[in-house]
Amino acid sequence: MNATVFEHARIVDPSRGLDEIGTLIVEGRKIVAAGPDALNQGVPDGAVRVGCRGKTIIPGLVDGRVFIGEPGAEHRETIASASEAAAAGGVTSIVMMPDTDPVIDDVALVEFVLRTAKDTARINVFPAAAITKGLKGSELTEFGLLQEAGAVAFTDGRHSIASAQVMRRALTYARDFGATIVHETRDHDLAGSGVMNEGLFASWLGLSGIPREAETIPLVRDLMLAKLTRSTYHAAKISTGISADAVARAKQEGVKASAGVSINNLALNENDIGEYRTFFRLDPPLRSEDDRLSMVEALRNGTIDIIVSSHDPQDVDTKRLPFADAAAGAIGLETLLAVALRLYHSGEVPLIRLIEALSTAPARLFALPGGTLKPGAPADFALVDLEAPWIVREADIRSKSKNTCFEDARLQGKVLQSWVSGRKVFEL
Amino acid sequence: MSPPDIEFLLDRADEAVSISRQAEKKSAVLRGRTQINLFFEASTRTQSSFELAGKRLGADVMNMSVASSSVKKGETLIDTAMTLNAMRPDILIIRHQSAGAAALLAQKVGCSVVNAGDGAHEHPTQALLDALTIRRAKGRIGGLTIAICGDILHSRVARSNILLLNALGARVRVVAPSTLLPSGIADMSVEVCRTMAEGLKGVDVVMMLRLQRERMAGSFVPSVREYFRYYGLDAAKLASARPDALVMHPGPMNRGVEIASEIADGPQSVIQEQVEMGVAVRMAVMQALLDPRRNAEAL
Repeated sequence: MNATVFEHARIVDPSRGLDEIGTLIVEGRKIVAAGPDALNQGVPDGAVRVGCRGKTIIPGLVDGRVFIGEPGAEHRETIASASEAAAAGGVTSIVMMPDTDPVIDDVALVEFVLRTAKDTARINVFPAAAITKGLKGSELTEFGLLQEAGAVAFTDGRHSIASAQVMRRALTYARDFGATIVHETRDHDLAGSGVMNEGLFASWLGLSGIPREAETIPLVRDLMLAKLTRSTYHAAKISTGISADAVARAKQEGVKASAGVSINNLALNENDIGEYRTFFRLDPPLRSEDDRLSMVEALRNGTIDIIVSSHDPQDVDTKRLPFADAAAGAIGLETLLAVALRLYHSGEVPLIRLIEALSTAPARLFALPGGTLKPGAPADFALVDLEAPWIVREADIRSKSKNTCFEDARLQGKVLQSWVSGRKVFEL
Repeated sequence: MSPPDIEFLLDRADEAVSISRQAEKKSAVLRGRTQINLFFEASTRTQSSFELAGKRLGADVMNMSVASSSVKKGETLIDTAMTLNAMRPDILIIRHQSAGAAALLAQKVGCSVVNAGDGAHEHPTQALLDALTIRRAKGRIGGLTIAICGDILHSRVARSNILLLNALGARVRVVAPSTLLPSGIADMSVEVCRTMAEGLKGVDVVMMLRLQRERMAGSFVPSVREYFRYYGLDAAKLASARPDALVMHPGPMNRGVEIASEIADGPQSVIQEQVEMGVAVRMAVMQALLDPRRNAEAL
């Protein structure tokens, strides 16, 4: 087996608190060593040597929230096209949402996704299964059988479960299988017909608003139920300061809770909507600058555990519409890392904390291999030039859908190579 | 009930078994006494068991079918009880869907009342017949390890058995998905087990409970196939129990849901014996309540 040696790179491995110049050695599908002492045993015979001076090696990103159109809406995104986009963004593992057609609420669908991924994807694809049949919020799915088939978590995807009783039963039942319930909270009655953050800007635009409480009230309910049932709960995408406070309080009380944030709510605010730009219609909506800053602080202090792209491909048929009629969602796999690096370049969040939230923490949360450069771990990593400037061009987007919030944005930090299980799956 | 009371009833029930096995099954112990079976919930097994028990003891047995009674016309439980009480029965057997119904009735009538199951509260004669079945097969109850598996949350059989088996010195385990466990179960003097493999390990008795159909489709349990896979009693799961472990079920069974047919009909199954013991135990209970000679002996 030929080894590859990446020399003189900045090695960032949050799983070991490591951020130093060193070497990464890959042999076969595994990492042999990574860090300043990696060459203590010398360079393996016949190894290919790659000079990486000025470059950084990070564990491949693990994106905990990715929507894909296969099966059912392959014109928007297939598992194959999503995996191309992911590889280009340094994302080596994704957790795929069950919002497909048919819904991933049955063992056969989990098997279909895993089989299709094996045949067509360059990266690791882990399906999450629905909590309720058909994402309808009433009847539980077969957690045990779905988990055995390969579902890594349970979530109703874009759908929020209105019934506290159903949520309680889901949490209770999930505990028996050691499964994590992942939930995007949204009170449908309170959100009403809202399409963006409630406030002055929405009022001037003449758009109905979604109050912050529409996210936080069901979140608080869920956190209380997680405490009652002693189950593991993950708030999929929080967007407000009051939600962050609720999560922090629950964690202090010992609730097995964690939280994620969409990269969009870390990088953008409601003003980016500008003149009704539908690519900025998101769920949860872009909030005020104060909320965005709360998200950054919650990420920095560990209240928020993971950053997700919430990659959600939408086509012209769902986006080229008046703002209020357009579908919510934006793609994000290719830009996830570079946009997150804005917080590093601005000095707001240390690099190692960012990479932890993008890779190590989600891998741990969903019990996935990867997210680390420890010896023996699968060789899932990215070689990155943290400083390289680039401009996001629609023509360069690999996703089938082009609904990015970052078109023509100037970003700093480019993925040069992505590796999955010791195989190079992307090179710039 | 204290252990001596229980043992007394089980001893009388043992005698009743021999009466029931004779060709001439009728005795005159309760001749002239009136027994009314008041069943607000349909029950083939328990109702016919009480009816036969009464008849074998010589009592006059009347079955009140609630479906065609004044209850359907809006009469309250207490009014029904008062009306029946005015007819001067000696014993009322009541089955009701609400917990506490038997206790309420007992306050209002002048005769003996036997609880034949009240909601998810208790089913005392079921626990007694289970104990009798176990005692006859194993010779004792104290020191045995007994697993109660399935829908503990809604089960009156489980509650009565937990109380009675603990009183007699058995070690009781419960095995169920958490959605089918009542809160505070860990403080009911039982060991709570999450998996059948863990719960059945080395047990002397496996007691399965019925899962109601309306609870199978996504509310408490996602599906029959998942329930059977993890909590249904099949040969593989039963292998964790002692080789001579008894398999019990209060009936009616859902074959292929909580129990596989080959186990229900297999050599370890005592499900038919449970039915036989049911009649005997109910004879013993009614005799203890109504026969003054027996009462004097017992007290």
